[in-house]
Formats: sequence, structure tokens, C-alpha cells
Amino acid sequence: MTYEPWDEGVATAMLEPFTSDATLVLVALQALQARFGFVPEAAVPLVAHTCNVSRADVHGVLSFYHELRTQPPATREVRVCRAEACQAVGARDIERAFADAGHPVGSRTSALAVDAVYCLGNCALGPTVEIDGAVHGRCDTDIVREALR
Amino acid sequence: MRVCISDDTAARSVGADAVAHAFADLADVEVVRTGSRGLLWLEPLVEVETPEGRIAYGPVRPSDVEDLLRAGALHGGAHALRIGDIAAHPWFAAQDRLTFARVGIVDPRSLDDFVAHGGFDGLRRALTLAPSAIVEEVVASGLRGRGGAGFPAGIKWRTVAATESDRRYVVCNADEGDSGTFADRMLIEGDPFTLIEGMVIAGLAVGAEHGIVYLRSEYPAAIERLEAAIATAHLNGWLGDDIAGSGHAFDLEVRVGAGAYVCGEETAMLESIEGRRGMVRAKPPIPAMRGLYGRPTVVNNVLTLASVPAILRDGGSAYAARGVERSRGTQVFQLGGNIARGGVLELPFGVTVRQLVEDFGGGTRSGRPIGAVQVGGPLGSYLGPDELDVATDYEALLAAGGMLGHGGIVVFDDTVDLLAQARFAMEFCAIESCGKCTPCRIGSTRGVETIDRIIAGEREDANRELLDDLLVTMTDGSLCALGGLTPLPVRSALRLAATGR
Repeated sequence: MTYEPWDEGVATAMLEPFTSDATLVLVALQALQARFGFVPEAAVPLVAHTCNVSRADVHGVLSFYHELRTQPPATREVRVCRAEACQAVGARDIERAFADAGHPVGSRTSALAVDAVYCLGNCALGPTVEIDGAVHGRCDTDIVREALR
Repeated sequence: MRVCISDDTAARSVGADAVAHAFADLADVEVVRTGSRGLLWLEPLVEVETPEGRIAYGPVRPSDVEDLLRAGALHGGAHALRIGDIAAHPWFAAQDRLTFARVGIVDPRSLDDFVAHGGFDGLRRALTLAPSAIVEEVVASGLRGRGGAGFPAGIKWRTVAATESDRRYVVCNADEGDSGTFADRMLIEGDPFTLIEGMVIAGLAVGAEHGIVYLRSEYPAAIERLEAAIATAHLNGWLGDDIAGSGHAFDLEVRVGAGAYVCGEETAMLESIEGRRGMVRAKPPIPAMRGLYGRPTVVNNVLTLASVPAILRDGGSAYAARGVERSRGTQVFQLGGNIARGGVLELPFGVTVRQLVEDFGGGTRSGRPIGAVQVGGPLGSYLGPDELDVATDYEALLAAGGMLGHGGIVVFDDTVDLLAQARFAMEFCAIESCGKCTPCRIGSTRGVETIDRIIAGEREDANRELLDDLLVTMTDGSLCALGGLTPLPVRSALRLAATGR
């Protein structure tokens, strides 16, 4: 996935439709992340001003949702499903294999981020791993090599 | 010559795209990307249209395609992967598909295909009825909320319709976060117009002109499919200011979640739609009286709303003729985890968990004996191998100490570490707690610590007693089902672990 570099002017312009609407704080943050890959600290006062809420309100929303990021994404984003249906077919082995390769779940470098996700809705064909948005089913530990490629 | 290959996310996760490309490259055929039939262990499944019906082959790898073509698969030729007429496959033929009638069969992007397969028949009939008559049809059907709570949908609609307000809303809960559930995703990816039809009917019934679908971000294909379907429905007059020339208005908008499990709880979801942290609201007031923006709001799950068109088409009593006791109609079950034949199947209520897991599911994928079955998602109970004869009926499962939830059934083989599963249930609650109420916010963290001590054998009796106390507090004192039901998997997993199964 490619994103534009953060640009306050571009961000201000794209937030225009959200003016004075407090109910659009989450949508505004999602729109910024979709465009720039993350929501930098500098965006918080911008969204607060646009939607006419406090900076604390914006920070509250930004810190609540697991998917909103305040750091730029890695070149490769991997999510390992850690929910029960995938646990039943070896998700823990896959997690261990990522850890053995030096990329435990929760680790992040500029090249590779490995996160946990709780269900991608592929529960009959687990274990499931998502690499850059593509869902891979019936995975075994070979998926680690695929993710590191 | 048409070849149907699913582009459901599950099918794509095991290579359906590459198979579709291989067919398009190697043969002079039109490749139609449908939803999935739900026989997921056979994906990627290839269906060839022949005069004898759709002849299926699966699971197909891209490298099989040349061989299939040589074997005359385009005319239903014999091959090791040939399954035969897919509609006659025992797993498929045994089902009673109402909500999922078109999934896997139609092209989900085609409004014409939808209409040709009975789409909008329910809405057309609804447009001839008074709003109260639509509500009473749903009441008569006995339809209960498929999201997990099982509240009678018609009664909820009646409340919304009867509450004085300048405007009302219909909100569809598509925040399908429960592990082991994927029917909402499959319906939206495979037949999005049915959900739209159900929501328009709900709008007519309660006098709402605005609908919102809250769809989880983990389902990007479903988001894209639904947004495209909404645009198509608008263009063709099935949404907008004048639905099918009736003078009634209804518009529909998709809101995307941001990875918070608790936003599947209806009041947290309303907070999220209003742009805030997904913090649970205290009830009362119930959303049916004061929901979105303080207005009366129908909040129903995808499967609930998608069941409505068939109810309006055939009448409430036809729907209520199916099922058992107070669980009427059909339930869409999802078989996942360590299961030989996993997928989605729609059957009348009353089928037992054992029938689903053993007869349909074929037991474990690993071939080992079943160790435990979790029914109803991460907040559902673990059942032991000798507890599976319970009927899938809201009350029967409740009496057995479990719950049906969203109809997800996750199988584990006998290598399952049930203490680890108990710990995970608590940990999941700690990760996903919205933090509003103390029993859930603090209890889940203390619960993980206490289970860790029990696993380590540290003052085991005292810690078990402490944990039991904590589970009572969470059950009785939590604001919503997250903290309130986490004790179900914890307690049942600990009990099964203690009995050595």
C-alpha cells in the first residue's frame, strides 16, 4: 500500500467537509490514515479545530481504536490471527515461528510490523495470516518466509 | 460458456484468484465471480454451467486447471476433483436456505441477477402493506436477534415505531468480531442486495428514512461490495427519495469500524457511529427508544435484517413453521476451527451441536478425537465431547450453561490446552474492554493474573476461590456482555480441564 507523505495543507483541505461536525471525528481520523498511512500528532489539533471538539476528545478517539496508528506504517504489515478458531489449528505455532525469526507479534521495524488480529472471518480455513491486506488461509509456519520475502 | 468461481475472502485466502485467472487464460470461457456456497473445505471450488446443472470441481489449484480442461471439465467431464452437481451435494441439499438462498449462486455485483433470483419480492410485498402490518409479519415469524442476544425483532420494531420522534434510524450491526463467525461477511460479499432489501423493509416498518451499516474494517472486500451495491440500488431507484415509485424514502450509509471488538455491543456501536470512543452506554434507555443521536433506533444484526425479505415474501407463519420451541425459523451456523468440513450452513433451529460438528463437519481436521467445542464466539461456553447432544435452541443452550451467540461453532481436538483457553478468554476481555465499568476493566486483568497463578500451581485452592468470586462479580456487575459473559468460557474451560478432558 502506498501513502502520501504527511502534508498539513493537504490534510486541512481534505478535512473541509467535516467542518463543525463532532460526529465525524472518527471518520476524519480514518480518512487521514487512509491517505497518509497514519495519524501524526500534528493532526490532532487540526481535527479538533475542524470538528469543533477539544484536543482531548480527538486524542481519546485516536487512542481507543486499535487500528488507528500514530506512527507511519512499516513497508510490510503483517497481522496474525490470534482468535480461537485459528488457535485450534496452530495459530500459536505461527506466532512462535514469527518470534523465532526475530519478529514477535507486537514488534515493529520500518520494514516489517507484526501485529495480532482477533478474527479475520476466515475461521473454517485457518490459521489465517494477513500480509499487506491479503488474507492467507490454511497457513503453516512457511508463511513466515513469505512474510519476510 | 460460464464458469463460476467464488471470490469470497475465504476462497481467495486459499487461491481462488489464481484459479480464476488460469481459467480465463487457458479457456474461452466467461469467468463469473460469485459468493461462496459455504462448503469452504472444497474451496477454491469451480462450477461449470451445464444442461445438468452446475457441475463442481474442488478444491482446485491453479496447476490443476490444464488437467481439468483436458478432462473436458467444461462439459462436466470426469476427473479426480469432480464433485458433481453441487446443488445435489448432501451437505448443500440438506440445508434450508432462506437468508443464504442466493449466496454462492448469484453474481453479487449484478442487480439483474438478484432480481432474477427473487430479489425484492419481499420489499415489493412490504410496499403493499401498512407499516404496522409489516411489523406484525415480523412478530409472527418469531424472528429473534441473530447477533447473540436473541431479542424478538418484531417486538423491537414495534417499540421503535411507537416511540414519538421527529426521526428514526435503522442501524445494521455488521461488526462481526466473534471468532468462529463469518456469516455476515459471506452474506455481504455474496449477496449484498438482500441486506439492503431487509433494511429498506425495516425502514418502511418503523418509519425510518436513514439507515447505517456499521461494518468492521477487517472486512475490506465486504465494505467495497456493499458500497457498490448501495450505489447500484440508488441508481435503480431501490434506495433514495422514492423507492420503486412508492413515495417512500430511505437512504443507506456505510460506517467502517476501527478494530474495536466492543463496538459490536449495540450501544458502543452507536457511540462509535456518533464519532466517539466505543464506550458502552448504560441501559435504559434502550436504543429502541433512545438510540442513535437520541432517536428511536432499530439495531439489528446482518443476519436478522437479511432474514426479513424472505419473511415478507412468504409470510411470517411460513418462517415460524420452522424451528423448535421459542427458536423459530432458520439459523446460519458457521463451522470453524479444527474441523474436517468447515463452512456455513443454514438449517432450522433444533439440530444438535453433535450433528453439526460430526455429521456435517466430519469431526476434526487433524483426525484426532474432539477435545472441546466452543459455541457462540469468544464469550460462549466450551462444551466437552460428551456434552454435544444439546439442541441449537436459545433456551436449550442457556440451560446447558452456554449460548448460541451468532451461531459460530469452533472445534478443538484433544490436544487443546483448556487452561490456556481459559486464560485467553480473560486476556481477550482485558484487551477489548472499553474500560467504562470496573468489573470488566480491572476484573479481566486481575483474572489473567489469577489464572496464571493457578496454572503455576501457586496456592491453587485459594486462587481458584478468588477467581470464582471474581467471575461472579464480573457476571453480575458488568455493564455489557463483554465483561458479563467472559466468565462463561473461563468457567467452562476450567471445569473441562479439571475433569481431565
